Amino acid sequence: MKTVLQTDKIGKNFGGLRALDAVDLNIQEGEIVALIGPNGAGKTTLFNCITGMHEPTDGKVNIIPPGKGKTCVNGFKPNIITELGLARTFQNIRLFSKMTVLENVMVGCHCRNKNTFLEAIIKGPRFKREEKQTLAHSLDLLETFGLVDFAQQMAENLPYADQRRLEIARALATDPFLLLLDEPAAGMNPNETNALDQLILKIRTEKKISILLIEHDMKLVMRISDRIFVMNQGKNIADGSPQEIRNNETVIHAYLGEE
Amino acid sequence: MNSEIRKSIIAAAWFSLLSFPLIVLKVDYIEKTIDLRWNNLIFIAVGTFFVSYVWRYFLRRGEKSRQEETAVGIAIDQKKRPSVDSPTQKILTQLSNLTQSKPLIAILLVMIVAFPLGSSTYQTSIIISTMMYIVLGLGLNIVVGMAGLLDLGYGAFYLIGAYAYALLNLNYGFGFWISLPIAGMLAATFGVLLGIPVLRLRGDYLAIVTLGFHEIVRLVVENWDEVLHGPSGIPNIPKPGFFGLKLGFNGSTVYLYYITVVIMVIAIIVIRRLHISRVGRAWMALREDEVACQAMGIDTTKTKLTAFALGAFWAGIVGVIFAAKSSFVNPASFTFYESAMILSIVVLGGAGSIRGVILATLILILLPEYMRFLKEYRMLLFGALWVTMMVFRPQGMISDARHKYELNPEPDGNENKS
Repeated sequence: MKTVLQTDKIGKNFGGLRALDAVDLNIQEGEIVALIGPNGAGKTTLFNCITGMHEPTDGKVNIIPPGKGKTCVNGFKPNIITELGLARTFQNIRLFSKMTVLENVMVGCHCRNKNTFLEAIIKGPRFKREEKQTLAHSLDLLETFGLVDFAQQMAENLPYADQRRLEIARALATDPFLLLLDEPAAGMNPNETNALDQLILKIRTEKKISILLIEHDMKLVMRISDRIFVMNQGKNIADGSPQEIRNNETVIHAYLGEE
Repeated sequence: MNSEIRKSIIAAAWFSLLSFPLIVLKVDYIEKTIDLRWNNLIFIAVGTFFVSYVWRYFLRRGEKSRQEETAVGIAIDQKKRPSVDSPTQKILTQLSNLTQSKPLIAILLVMIVAFPLGSSTYQTSIIISTMMYIVLGLGLNIVVGMAGLLDLGYGAFYLIGAYAYALLNLNYGFGFWISLPIAGMLAATFGVLLGIPVLRLRGDYLAIVTLGFHEIVRLVVENWDEVLHGPSGIPNIPKPGFFGLKLGFNGSTVYLYYITVVIMVIAIIVIRRLHISRVGRAWMALREDEVACQAMGIDTTKTKLTAFALGAFWAGIVGVIFAAKSSFVNPASFTFYESAMILSIVVLGGAGSIRGVILATLILILLPEYMRFLKEYRMLLFGALWVTMMVFRPQGMISDARHKYELNPEPDGNENKS
């Protein structure tokens, strides 16, 4: 097993608030890790620190892209981190709502293409080739997500659950080795949630990527994750298999309080 | 229905009261009497009542179709939604479909090419102005319509282009054709220079800074007499010569007309290609959601600067045409009114839409030229047009119809026709 992400005692202060405190999170290749914790535990902050939206106050975020050496990404811009192979979705859907479903996914392919605007103006060979690949690749992804019928629709016109799935498709278009999902099942009904966990498992096996997800739906978490990472008040309080976490005293206390 | 009539009566009464001092009272200073013109009041009241009633009728209809649209949108979310368009929407869609028919474009092109042959120099000159504004509108459309960066200082780049040609010609004797690319590049450079400090700004803040930029550029030109010739401007700018041949005033205007046609066609083609390219999609993503855009691996800094530079480039080019056309530049030609006009074209046409820009230019630039008989009432019509637009079609006349990509690309060709 190879590690793909390793945070080394990262901390984040917002003014006087210690949102993250010495968090050590490791993700192995091909693993599905669930990040859980009560509201305000610092889960999204951890996501933001990993993806470059925030810079950690202390500690290091290291990523190890397959076939490459360890890179410390502290202070990198989010787009550089995405280019290195980390993709994310957002807790509150952030699609490009006035663009079509297909275009949303095509935007995801942006960082894997190199053609410049001058080539687009003269329709140079590289532009033509890359556009063709982008289109084919995007349609493939939409096919996988069952969204191909909506390809030419405005993203804002999609039903809620489809918008969530489109966000995952768009993130996958950036060709990541680690996918970070921020509450992918939020607002979905039980049927849609079931479909979602099939989809997540499929992504893992077909695309051979690791997944880190924040989720409040415990059924979903227990069903799909290989490992659960529990946070409370900015600290990591438990880390283990779903079975271990279910019986962990500290976790039960964090969620239900002391008797 | 009754409530509508009641509301219209209230509107009429209120408006009569407001206009009472202006319309009814007439003070005769010599006789020292006050004349009361009651029949004027009756005209105003009746007129307002009808206008208000018709206005409400259309408003109600617009709301109804909007409600139906959302209702259908919720009901049919499993399969493709049928398009529920309002009548105006249908007319506009048909109009824009019409612009795609090849014969029509051919006829239009022939008309454009033949136009100066059968028209006076004055008419030709009006059409040159119109085409200049089309290119300006298209350029600003990159910044405002596609990238979503509200730029109120676009006229500054127009000024820079015009002055670049005037000064290059005055100081170094550069001709039109050499100055054209230089002015374009110079404007693009200034676009980047403006872009760098405003990278972190959006919306209202960006608008204010760009507005300030326009004023700074204009004031620098106005006050720097030694180099930029101050408020008196630079006269005697030559029109482009035809392979060294000196053309007369009429001839050179016609020649400039054709140059402008070519530049406009190039601008349309280039901007259409950009619209459906990688960078075009990045611009639109930036407009929709900057955070998500960056999370998709797009370098927002680079994307914004490209938008500013490519937008400004066209303003620089048009600036050169302006200088050549009027053979005189001074700062008074580039007031904020220019920036506002170009922005109006983009907003009225529909942000992000190329056809919209062309249509809006015809309405905003060409129509007033031919409506001179209305004198100062033209501006009143202008205002009425704006109010109507903002109520009934806030997204612009032709809203940015998204490009339909060919879903099953042929193995040997992925040409897309929008």
